[in-house]
Amino acid sequence: MSSSVGAQGAPIKSTGLHIGEPAPGVKKVDPIIVADGITRQFGGLMAVDVEHLEIPRGAITALIGPNGAGKTTLFNLLTGFDKPDSGTWTFDGESISGVPAFRVARKGQVRTFQLTKALGLLTVLDNMKLGAKGQSGESLSRAVFPWFWKKEEEAIEARAMELLARFKLDAKKDDYAASLSGGQRKLLEMARALMSEPTLVMLDEPMAGVNPALTQSLLDHILNLKIEGMTVLFVEHDMHMVRHIADWVVVMAEGKVVAEGDPHEVMANPAVIDAYLGSHHDQDLGDLDTAVVEAIKELADDDADDKQ
Amino acid sequence: MIDWLLLLSNAAQEIISPTTAAYALAALGLAIHFGFTGLLNFGQAGFMALGAYGFAIATLTFGLPVWGAILFGIAASIVFALILGVPTLRLRADYLAIVTIAAAEILRLLLTTNQFEPVTGSANGLQGYKGGFAALNPIPDGQYGFGPWVYNAYDWWVRLFGWTLVVLAALITWRLMKSPWGRVIKGIREDEDAVRALGKNVYFYKMQSLVIGGVFGSLAGMIFILPRAVVPSNYQTSLTFFIYAILLLGGAATVLGPIVGSVIFWVLLSFFSGFVARAVEAGWLPFMSSVQAGQLRFILVGAAIMLIVIYRPQGIFGNKKELAFVK
Repeated sequence: MSSSVGAQGAPIKSTGLHIGEPAPGVKKVDPIIVADGITRQFGGLMAVDVEHLEIPRGAITALIGPNGAGKTTLFNLLTGFDKPDSGTWTFDGESISGVPAFRVARKGQVRTFQLTKALGLLTVLDNMKLGAKGQSGESLSRAVFPWFWKKEEEAIEARAMELLARFKLDAKKDDYAASLSGGQRKLLEMARALMSEPTLVMLDEPMAGVNPALTQSLLDHILNLKIEGMTVLFVEHDMHMVRHIADWVVVMAEGKVVAEGDPHEVMANPAVIDAYLGSHHDQDLGDLDTAVVEAIKELADDDADDKQ
Repeated sequence: MIDWLLLLSNAAQEIISPTTAAYALAALGLAIHFGFTGLLNFGQAGFMALGAYGFAIATLTFGLPVWGAILFGIAASIVFALILGVPTLRLRADYLAIVTIAAAEILRLLLTTNQFEPVTGSANGLQGYKGGFAALNPIPDGQYGFGPWVYNAYDWWVRLFGWTLVVLAALITWRLMKSPWGRVIKGIREDEDAVRALGKNVYFYKMQSLVIGGVFGSLAGMIFILPRAVVPSNYQTSLTFFIYAILLLGGAATVLGPIVGSVIFWVLLSFFSGFVARAVEAGWLPFMSSVQAGQLRFILVGAAIMLIVIYRPQGIFGNKKELAFVK
């Protein structure tokens, strides 16, 4: 892996992440997440059916695909917010299949949500402090005796203020999170996730509903995560953003991983362009003519076969 | 003619009455449940019944001393909280509401049934459990007080005990809610998935909150029975709703709100019921019988709850920006 840490200015992409030709389920040099045979069915609908997937460490990986492709469901499964029908997966070499969400988060895999979950009636600063891990004042027996956690609380507040300053939210620290704009809430959610000092940050549509003025600052923050040694996995619809910051792209459709590769390569893949990025990229696959869907799938399969 | 002085003095007595203290403490427990954690507990009457019966049964049947009886009542409410919480706290908030309202009713009916008459006293309830508590009274015999507040030594002892418990519970709640623990609790009220994603064991915190609020309810039940007998019909669902009315009146996510709410609730209730009863006697309300007049106060409570929720959803002490009710 030749991840270029410490990049200045234009993002420097990490390369050499995979072993062999890029194809769905390709091996990675240093995977942080390895998932095998994950399926999740909602009634008759197979929402997720992933045979094998590895997420490279220290890089920014984008998970793309049309609406209903199962991206968010896969996110929920990997973070313990939903239970799969079958499958196993490891984080940092440790099996976390079936581990509840809060334990997964404690291991250093923290996520954000597609619909931002700022805790509205808590102040911005309280939102941040909540993110810190292992606080002794959070145990009921010590909570009533402030001298047990006063010092720790001060340290947490200092760290929170530092992060808030970085995300330009420090002036808002005493406001209720409910008073923030949509974009500011996205920033707050990301900053709050960082309070837990994670190793893997999973962002579910970080750009959804963010105005263009904030987009650049959000992009920079995500790139900074990589520079600081964190791994990023994000779901996104904004292809411009994916091309700009992602080191690796995983394409999902109808619950399966249909393509993988570095962003330019994947986007040059005619099947991916036609199916997900081209004229139909904002259209549900279900809306397409079934014959067209079949053709696209064959193309994608052919393409994958060619590369092996 | 209406004796206004008597009316006002009766109302003023409610300010420090043990019943007011009991309702304040039960409402404080509910504030922890509903106001701070967002748990919809509609069975606070059940927790109060457990405190009351736990104390009385432990004294009468098991012959425990006062402290033992209090611990027994607390233990009963903890067990009740676990029984309610284990199956429902993983589910959505509304399931807890359904289960608590049903469980409190089941409990009341079990206490009313003839089957357990030797222990529970069935519909007649229990009495004669106050000896141990009265024996602990440090106040010498006699009448004390001034104005409308003149009571004997036992009545003062009950008031002292009840309000001391309320103050202690309020201090504990205030400290808890200012601590990192309280931050997690309030976060759960806002969005438990977000809190879960930050590595907190949401289920465990909700259980702790349910137990603490339940213990407050159980202690409230003990204060409630000190000036009267234990009667199962006191623990109907309407009791829970009166406590909700108090909570919303004072402010759901506040510490002082439930206490001041309880005082205002009881002063107003006493004043209105006294006023309506005397107004009927004096012939001011010719269309109403005295029985109907007795029910009118509950209609007024209902109207008052609606007005609070519509025009001041945050309650008296609630922060205007912090509308726990409107989301």
